[in-house]
Formats: sequence, structure tokens, C-alpha cells
Amino acid sequence: MEFSRRDTLAMGLGAAVVTVLPFRVNAAADDQIAAFTGGADMADAGITLTAPEIAENGNTVPISVDAPGATAILVLATGNPTPGVAQFNFGPMAGSQAASTRIRLAGTQDVVAIAQMADGSFAKASTTVKVTIGGCGG
Amino acid sequence: MASGVKPRVKVPKTAAAGDVVTIKSLISHKMESGQRKDKEGNTIPRSIINRFTVEFNGESVLDMTMEPAISTNPYVQFEAKVPEAGEFTFTWYDDDGSVYDTKKAIAIA
Repeated sequence: MEFSRRDTLAMGLGAAVVTVLPFRVNAAADDQIAAFTGGADMADAGITLTAPEIAENGNTVPISVDAPGATAILVLATGNPTPGVAQFNFGPMAGSQAASTRIRLAGTQDVVAIAQMADGSFAKASTTVKVTIGGCGG
Repeated sequence: MASGVKPRVKVPKTAAAGDVVTIKSLISHKMESGQRKDKEGNTIPRSIINRFTVEFNGESVLDMTMEPAISTNPYVQFEAKVPEAGEFTFTWYDDDGSVYDTKKAIAIA
């Protein structure tokens, strides 16, 4: 098979579109992260996000977050139609800065958790979950 | 959606003073995401519980904001300090303005 000049250009264009798309998908998630952190740097340590590697049913994916010393934890699903999942605000009577719940995932994607520590710093954890059946209808 | 919403909470009946107890909560709610379509292709409007709060003797334990990505029948597990005997108050806020609440007392053993 020979490539004409036209074909080559079209392929180049297609590749460019493919590389731009993930940014478009993540833009909403990035906006939410920026709104939560105010653009501050995020440490990699201090927060644990536990999620299954493979979820058979995207409608109920059990996750848990644990960030000792945090005041708030934001959970985002970057590949969902709306990336927000939940925000946990821990009060003075919280026994630990940890919680678990069940979430919906539209497809295979990264789940991100960001903790705001009592001293105002931020920590981030992310994990990839493979979803066999998506959970957002459509 | 205000039909068939039933909160269920599991709190130990007793604890030692200063203990940390694990609490499990679940409320039956369909959590319609606003993304799905019905047979005619119309979008089914969003109807979820958007906030869940827990207080112990009036002091906050957890204040959680929920988005449509929380599964049907929202389940949350967390831990709380019990410095004294008292009562946990659990409150769920529905999109339609309904508020569901339940209370659980805990004694010091």
C-alpha cells in the first residue's frame, strides 16, 4: 500500500486530534482541581486512595480514601461526563480522616483524590480503574 | 423523588469513652444521574442526594457533598470519636428539597 501526500496529511491530522482529545476530556476535572486547591502544588504522599484494579460493573465501584490529618478530601473521576464524585469534609468529631463509598464510572479511567491538610497543603493520589460495563447510561 | 427513601445506619450500641467507632450508613435512593435517557430519547432529569452530614452531640463528624457519580443507594462508611455518651444525627439532603434524617444513640460501656 502506498501513501499519497493527501493520505499522509490526513493521518497527521487524525493523530493531532487524538492527542488533543484527552485534554478536552480532562479540562473539566482540571478546573475542579484548580477550584479546590487554588492552584497550589500537590504532594504525592499523605493520602491513600483504594479502588479496584478492574471493576466489572461501573455502576458500583467501591472506593475508599484515607488521609491522616486532612480537613477535606475531593474525589474526581476524570473520565465521567461530570468529573465530580464527592467531597468529604471532616469535622472535629471524626475518628479518622477516612471514608469509603461506592461510585459510578462511565468507563476505564483515572480516579483522583486530593486531600487538603490542616496546614493548608494538598496531597494527591490517583489510580486507574478498568471498567468492563460503564455506569452512566446513555 | 420522595417515595421509598429509607435511611439505614449501623452504629455500635456502646463504646468505651474516647473510642473511635466505625459507622456504616446507607439510604435507599435511585440517584438519577441526569445523563440517562428514557425510551423516547428524553433525558431523565437529575434527582440525587447532594449532601450528607453527620453530627455527634451537635458537633460535625462528616459533611459530604455528593455528585451524580455516587452510586444508587448511597453507602458511606467512616469513623467517629465517642468521648461521651450521646447521639449521632444523620441528615441527607435531596435535590427536590426533601431532608431525611435519622438518629442513633450510643452509650458508654
